[in-house]
Formats: sequence, C-alpha cells, structure tokens
Amino acid sequence: MTLALYRIDDRLIHGQVVVGWGQPLNVTFIVLVDDEVRSSDWEQDLYRMGVPPTIEVRFASVDEAAHDLSTWEADSRVGILLVGDIDTAVALAERAPQVRRFNVGGVHHRTGRTERLRFVYLSEDEAKKLRALSARGVEVTAQDVPTARPVPVAEFT
Amino acid sequence: MSDLRGIIVSHAAVAQALVAAVAAITGIEGALTPVSNEGCGTEALAQRISDAVGPGPAVLFVDLPGGSCFTSSARYAKQHADIAVVTGVNLAMLLDFVFHRDVSPDEAARRALDAGSKAIRVTAA
Repeated sequence: MTLALYRIDDRLIHGQVVVGWGQPLNVTFIVLVDDEVRSSDWEQDLYRMGVPPTIEVRFASVDEAAHDLSTWEADSRVGILLVGDIDTAVALAERAPQVRRFNVGGVHHRTGRTERLRFVYLSEDEAKKLRALSARGVEVTAQDVPTARPVPVAEFT
Repeated sequence: MSDLRGIIVSHAAVAQALVAAVAAITGIEGALTPVSNEGCGTEALAQRISDAVGPGPAVLFVDLPGGSCFTSSARYAKQHADIAVVTGVNLAMLLDFVFHRDVSPDEAARRALDAGSKAIRVTAA
C-alpha cells in the first residue's frame, strides 16, 4: 500500500502508535525520522524494544527520509512515518513535496506553549508553522487515536 | 542501604492504584512513588521521574517493555548511577520489594523479576 499515516508525536514510538494506529491500519513498518535518534544506536535499540517483531522499524535522518520517501510510498505494505516535532515535519515537507498530510498526534506541554487541545500544546511560532504548512497544501489535522475526530488545523492553531 | 525506593512508571493511573494496593495489603507507606505519563511529552516525563527518584538509589518499575514510560525510564537509568529498571510491573513483585529494600538496585530488580514471574500462572480447571 503506502505510508498510511504521517505523524508528529514527541513520544515517537509508543503504545498509541504501535497498538492504537498499528492494529487497525495493519501496519508492518514504521519509519522514525529524527536526526538525533538516527545518530544513536542506543536510542534506536530503545525505540525498537517497544515494537513487536512483526513490525519493521527503520530510522532515517530528514535528508535520508526526503530521499527514500518515494520508495516507502511505493511499498506494497502499510507503514507509518513518525517525526518528533514540528520543525522536523516542516523540514521534511520542504524537501519532499510528496508529503501531502500530517497528523498532529502528541505535542505536549513545555514552557512557552499553551494548550490547544488535550494532547496538543503549541507556541505561537509552532502554530504559525503549522498554518503555513497547511497553506502550502499539506493537510494538517490533530487526532491522537483513530477513533477520535480529526481536528482541522484552523481549530487548534 | 535501607532507603532503596521504588518508583512505578505507568500509563494512566496504574501506578497510583498499585501503590494504594501495596499500602492496603502491607501497611507500608512511603516505599513506593507513582509516576503517570498522563499528558507528558518526553521532557515532562523525564522530569517527573527525576522528581520522584530524588537522590536515589531506586528501582524503576515500568508497566510495559516499550513505549514512553519505558524509554524515559531506560534513558534516566543510563544517565544516573544506582538506578535499575524492571518492566512488566505487577503487585506480586511490589509486595516482595517493599519487604526487601536492604539490597542494591540491581539485586532488587533481579528479585522483582523472580517474584513477578512466579506470580503469573494459569489455574488448573
């Protein structure tokens, strides 16, 4: 099939992703796009531990992901692409125009951020970046689990 | 070494409920501290774990062997001495732990693995 979900989640690989989305979508691979994790074998082992052996995990830098995206989109299996923050999502979308959508699945409280949704806290700058992403034709919605309503970008930025 | 403490790191209110159950059964309070990942990103959860551990030493009892509770706990243990991590926390291992806290974190973690595993059985019909 393809990459069924492009997700921004500061917890990266965790239960909501592997079980919550992974089960109903029948996901068999996860691509974790993060420059820092990509450069640390120890961090990669850590994230791999939460994933059942039936799901393949790949780690990529933003540059590698932009390069390999077409291959993953053409994969006959179903996959999820994960990034940990809005800057990474924007960087990927800028380098890879085939990115058509982003699901905001978890951006949590930090100094300078205000609550937009129960699971989404954004600074003004981050909200602006998401609106700009949307204005460029990338569909941006917030949704933590598949059974929840996808909230359009205008409602939480 | 009698001040070895247990920190339970879990989704939702699992940790809180386990702490309450241990206190109800043993009457021992203060040996265990619950930490929930509710509403936490990676940084906030790391901070909650750090606050709960204090000066240490401690054993981190984590609900699942993967996911945000686990990654934050394993990362914390990597950065600090005197911290051990056990996954698959259950009531049996905690009951054993609160009565055997005069050991090192590693030894307590091995005991927890043993006591926790032994409690998982299928009852014959």
